[in-house]
Amino acid sequence: MENIIETKNLTKKFGDFTAVNNISFSVKKGEMFAFLGPNGAGKTTTIKMLTTLLAPTEGNITMDGHDVFHQQNKARQTFGIVFQDPSLDDELTAYENMDMHGMLYGIPAAQRKERIKTLLDFVELWDRKDSMVREFSGGMKRRLEIARGFMHKPKILFLDEPTIGLDPQTRNHIWAYLKKLNQEEGLTVFLTTHHMEEADRVSNRIAIIDHGKIIAQGSPEELKQRTGKQTLEEAFLELTGHQVRPEEASSVDTLRGQAKMWGRRR
Amino acid sequence: MTAIYTLWLRQIKKYLRSKSRIIGSLGQPILFLVALGFGFGHIFEQAGQGNYIQFLAPGVIAMSILFTAIFGGIEIIWDRQFGFLKETLVAPVSRFEIMLGRTLGGATVAIFQGIIVLFISMLIGFRVTNFALLPLALVFMFLIALMFTALGTAIASVVQDMTGFPLIMNFIVMPLFFLSGSLFPPGNLPSVLNVVVKINPLSYGIDGLRGTLGQMAHFGLPADFVVMVVIAAALIGVGSYLFSKIQV
Repeated sequence: MENIIETKNLTKKFGDFTAVNNISFSVKKGEMFAFLGPNGAGKTTTIKMLTTLLAPTEGNITMDGHDVFHQQNKARQTFGIVFQDPSLDDELTAYENMDMHGMLYGIPAAQRKERIKTLLDFVELWDRKDSMVREFSGGMKRRLEIARGFMHKPKILFLDEPTIGLDPQTRNHIWAYLKKLNQEEGLTVFLTTHHMEEADRVSNRIAIIDHGKIIAQGSPEELKQRTGKQTLEEAFLELTGHQVRPEEASSVDTLRGQAKMWGRRR
Repeated sequence: MTAIYTLWLRQIKKYLRSKSRIIGSLGQPILFLVALGFGFGHIFEQAGQGNYIQFLAPGVIAMSILFTAIFGGIEIIWDRQFGFLKETLVAPVSRFEIMLGRTLGGATVAIFQGIIVLFISMLIGFRVTNFALLPLALVFMFLIALMFTALGTAIASVVQDMTGFPLIMNFIVMPLFFLSGSLFPPGNLPSVLNVVVKINPLSYGIDGLRGTLGQMAHFGLPADFVVMVVIAAALIGVGSYLFSKIQV
């Protein structure tokens, strides 16, 4: 099978700190690829480079034959992304969020209409299409984001911890959608998650990154065999160690407070 | 082009939906018109300067445009923190288009707000002397709106969160308004203040509004127009440069 994503000697430095250190990996077309690692290992930095949000210090990325930095807009057409934090506009309706995405990606009006109907039906949100997104629960927002990420028929879908903070029902729902898209549409899925049993269940191949380096690659079975462990969680701990990693603080929560103070409903 | 239109449309939709914000932001201009207009009207007239409402209204219209425009630009901070900005940055459009769409959207909203204040001033007693010049007044409103939305965008591109908000308010927005000849005639000022008023671009915007809506322009309409166009273009340049440097 051909590779849809290829990275070569990818490095990102912030001042003296090397967040991603000379990594090379590839993702095959139609595969569910899990990118795992402890907090601060370099996952998000890598995803940002893959999705054109951050320029690498060194190295290059090819996505479906396009150089991600020299053919940015072509690369952007080939992927959809569901970010770790919500990225919807709360003050617009579900339909409008979808429609705006379609317009930004240059989809003609008639096609947008049809596609929004199909996708909102698919994630079971069609009857809520005219509700403001701020009225949605966390799970509904996630489903909407997945539908939106798939709006322009990308070949690759990036999912940065798509099931964080969701109940088992919603999680299963979401994985069911993604499996279906993967099998029926041949969608390549690039995901990160901290739920090891999830990664074990859904992914064909796994890369584990730690301290900016890829320390292991292979199918879940291979990783378990190599470490001689029963579960992927144990294999992961064996490879990355048991030490607790410092977590990056998010300013979003403080800002939500301020937003209320300034009269924005978020 | 579609991207510019999309982001413009987003601002307009959100504006038209937030009735409370529209009404809320009219409180301040009404207060200025009523309290200052009627409060100082008598003194202004005695000093031989004519009708104060007639003088003040263009300043207050510009004030509401200034505030709405700056906040329209600063809204990028919210979009950045709440994630929507990322959604636009990964879309297959250039950052310049994103910046331009947002800026035009913010500017359009600010002009709406200015037109509402114009109507309110007319209710209070402001007279438009020459309706033929009204389109030109709209041009000046547009330039003020564009200039300060771009300034807001520039600020929001370098400020990470809203903790700097009071700083922006007290050291940029308020001085721009108070030191612009909005409340007092630009001539006959102490020399330092005179210089400040003359380098403040808003002074020329307000002067242009005055010249087209009711009175004589102090600097002259052509000068007002040229200054506004040049500075608006410069700020759009700076704004889009800083916006292109945003990392999320």
